[in-house]
Amino acid sequence: MIQYNSYTLSNGLKLLVHEDTSTPMAVVDIMYNVGAKDEEKNKTGFAHLFEHLMFGGSINIPVFDEPLQRAGGENNAYTTNDLTNYYCILPAKNIETAFWLESDRMLSLAFDKKSLEVQRKVVCEEFKEHYINKPYGDIWHKMRDLAYEVHPYKWMTIGKELSHIENATMEEVKEFFFKFYQPNNAILVVAGNVETNKIIQLAEKWFGNIPSGKKYERNLPIEPKQKQAKFSEIKADVPLDAIIKTWHIDARLTKGYYAADLITEIFGGGNSSRLFQSLVKEKQLFSDITCFHFGSIEPGLLTIEGKLIKGVKMIDAEKAIEEEIEKLTTEQINNKELQKVKNRTESVITFEDISLMSRANNLALYELLGDADLINKELEKYQEITEADILQYAQTIFDKNNSNTIHYYSIQ
Amino acid sequence: MLNRKQSPDIFNAVDFDLKLNPYQHFTLDNGTSVYTIDGGTQEVLQIEFIFYAGNWYEEKNIVAATTNYLLKNGTKNKNAFDIDEHFAFYGAYLNRNCYNETSTVTLHTLSKNLQHLLPAIAELFTESILPENELDIYKKNQIQRLKVNLKKCDFIANRLIDEYIYGIHHPYGKYTSTLDYNNLERDELLEFYNQYYTHGKCLIFIAGKLPSNIQEQLNTYFGKLPFNPNKNFTKEYHTASANSKKQFIINDENGVQGAIRIARKFPNKHHPDYTKAQVLNNILGGYFGSHLMKNIREDKGYTYGIYSYIQNHIHDTAWMISTEAGKDVCEATIEETYKEMNLLTKELISNDELALVKNYMIGNLLGTLDGPFQIMPRWRNYILSNLDENYFYNSIQTIKTISAEEIQALAKKYLNPEDFYELTVI
Repeated sequence: MIQYNSYTLSNGLKLLVHEDTSTPMAVVDIMYNVGAKDEEKNKTGFAHLFEHLMFGGSINIPVFDEPLQRAGGENNAYTTNDLTNYYCILPAKNIETAFWLESDRMLSLAFDKKSLEVQRKVVCEEFKEHYINKPYGDIWHKMRDLAYEVHPYKWMTIGKELSHIENATMEEVKEFFFKFYQPNNAILVVAGNVETNKIIQLAEKWFGNIPSGKKYERNLPIEPKQKQAKFSEIKADVPLDAIIKTWHIDARLTKGYYAADLITEIFGGGNSSRLFQSLVKEKQLFSDITCFHFGSIEPGLLTIEGKLIKGVKMIDAEKAIEEEIEKLTTEQINNKELQKVKNRTESVITFEDISLMSRANNLALYELLGDADLINKELEKYQEITEADILQYAQTIFDKNNSNTIHYYSIQ
Repeated sequence: MLNRKQSPDIFNAVDFDLKLNPYQHFTLDNGTSVYTIDGGTQEVLQIEFIFYAGNWYEEKNIVAATTNYLLKNGTKNKNAFDIDEHFAFYGAYLNRNCYNETSTVTLHTLSKNLQHLLPAIAELFTESILPENELDIYKKNQIQRLKVNLKKCDFIANRLIDEYIYGIHHPYGKYTSTLDYNNLERDELLEFYNQYYTHGKCLIFIAGKLPSNIQEQLNTYFGKLPFNPNKNFTKEYHTASANSKKQFIINDENGVQGAIRIARKFPNKHHPDYTKAQVLNNILGGYFGSHLMKNIREDKGYTYGIYSYIQNHIHDTAWMISTEAGKDVCEATIEETYKEMNLLTKELISNDELALVKNYMIGNLLGTLDGPFQIMPRWRNYILSNLDENYFYNSIQTIKTISAEEIQALAKKYLNPEDFYELTVI
């Protein structure tokens, strides 16, 4: 059970405080309700580039990192398709430093020209390091583009192409900031060796007078139900053939999401999972096979991705995957297997809660989803899924018209 | 009126009185040492079995890692699936890893399920049969993974820089080829298993919420195993560093980045310069505010990240600078790196920067002393390196008191470009 207190400032900034006196540290986590899905399709990668710019100095403070390091702290941030999260961890005694820094960059950035120039290059190198200069690095660019027709999950957080980042202008940066980086579009979570009353005072002191902006109304295109299986092919200089298949699943807070998550575990959770046991160990068609999803807030994708054993034909590998799907969609799983994946899920949730940072981060995430209290109800949601639910959702998810497939061929 | 230009007062992290919480120690009937730290906020625990069974002890390449990998792929009574299924059913995670001197088997579990899992682990140490068919699958799949990795410039660079420093026959410098996998024989693995696991030396580390009868439980399952706690492990290797110090390799004609590694030999943790060098390392490239990061990423934008670190080895080690930079700016990156090293030898760092680095390091340390899961790895590291809590308190004292002059003297001693091996892999 994760305890917390909540409070809302008059400018709309939501505050959650999680007290844990067993640690000398504190975490200050700010989650902004903006991700790559809020970008325009010809200006992708912007939410993430922007995250970099948030370290390039704010209106009253020339550099973000140094004062925090001087206070014995450190920080980082990440951007997903759904959100952007910034966090500082520092000795609880110095927590006000984090309030000072975070509130100033919420008030306004410095919009420094040099910072934009440099971070454009840094992000381009990040793009190259992870998506161009790695075998199979382009697979998710292609898959997102194939699976989504209109929804902005069509592109990756890093951006569709380098040029979108290279061409970002200061005007666009400013516009983006004032549209999304508003107190009423953010959640502040403070966790660790802190007292709620003092944190409320600090929040009022540092964030209280930041004016709230125009409320951002998210109005994303709705992905129409897929009516036909989609295929694509890539030929590249990679050592092994690979296959990737995805299926649309339900949004984060629906029952279908929890069922899909358990299905992912049944197929891909560890070495006793179905795909590993059948396709890697028994049939020896793949050297690696995984099943996963990204935990997307809006309807996401369940994925099976594998590398074929040299000499195995694509058609045979794919057929073997389909046989496993056939089994899951025609035979109800037994209670023991369902219990196994639920137990694994319980473990993961409990282990995640060890880390103060992870508790802070999850509180922010659930608040963003609509209710921080969901953090204590997750396990229940998984427990409610029955064998019959798994069968029913498997049938819905693995409808053949709902699938997207890429055959990735090695040309060497 | 709030003055936003003025930073709030801070408590200087160097004034924290850091304490390293002790572990409890007991021995099992067969003399096996157990180290425990009880506590934590969740009802979970981690138990780690450490064997002196790293690649330090193998006669033939990759025997140690393969034996470690196959430990849970079949015993006299259970096949690989049964074993995995058992741990998975209890929501537990059983991992194994092979390092240079040691190899490990690690269990993460909810505390309530421990009793169902300990006997299954004990079985792995005496009853594993390392089945031939599992070995065949392993070989085939590892060769495939290797082929993919060999396309990556960072993978190649990591292998080669270690080879240049330690030599291809040294445990820290050797690496694996397709041929090595193909040459593996089950009999050799069984021999290694028998000598270094079943009759090997094992240390047990447990952290988290422990059941009150933990000693009894461990004794029941592990106290009678034929381990050799007093086994003497003396095997010496000599490093044979490369003659040529500069290498440039094109691994991928179409590569858009180069993996750069710049490294020199460095003594082990018992050397008096070790902790001081950690401070200098931080300043050079150890954190986001380092000179390398500020210049090469934050000023020039040549890379997504550049770091320096001292490799965490038990024996003599290496000081490494590592980055992936745009293909056209690799040369400039190397040049700037040497420039930064040189500056540290020429100029004293400011009191202001020194104070910042000290606070940062101490604040960070404070964060790593938080809870049993954080503290145990530190103790394990000390115990395996034959160090005690004095090392911890001396390190803190060093960080708190080191002067700019000492840092400059260290830079002069260790940051000479001619001592460094330099490698770029495109």
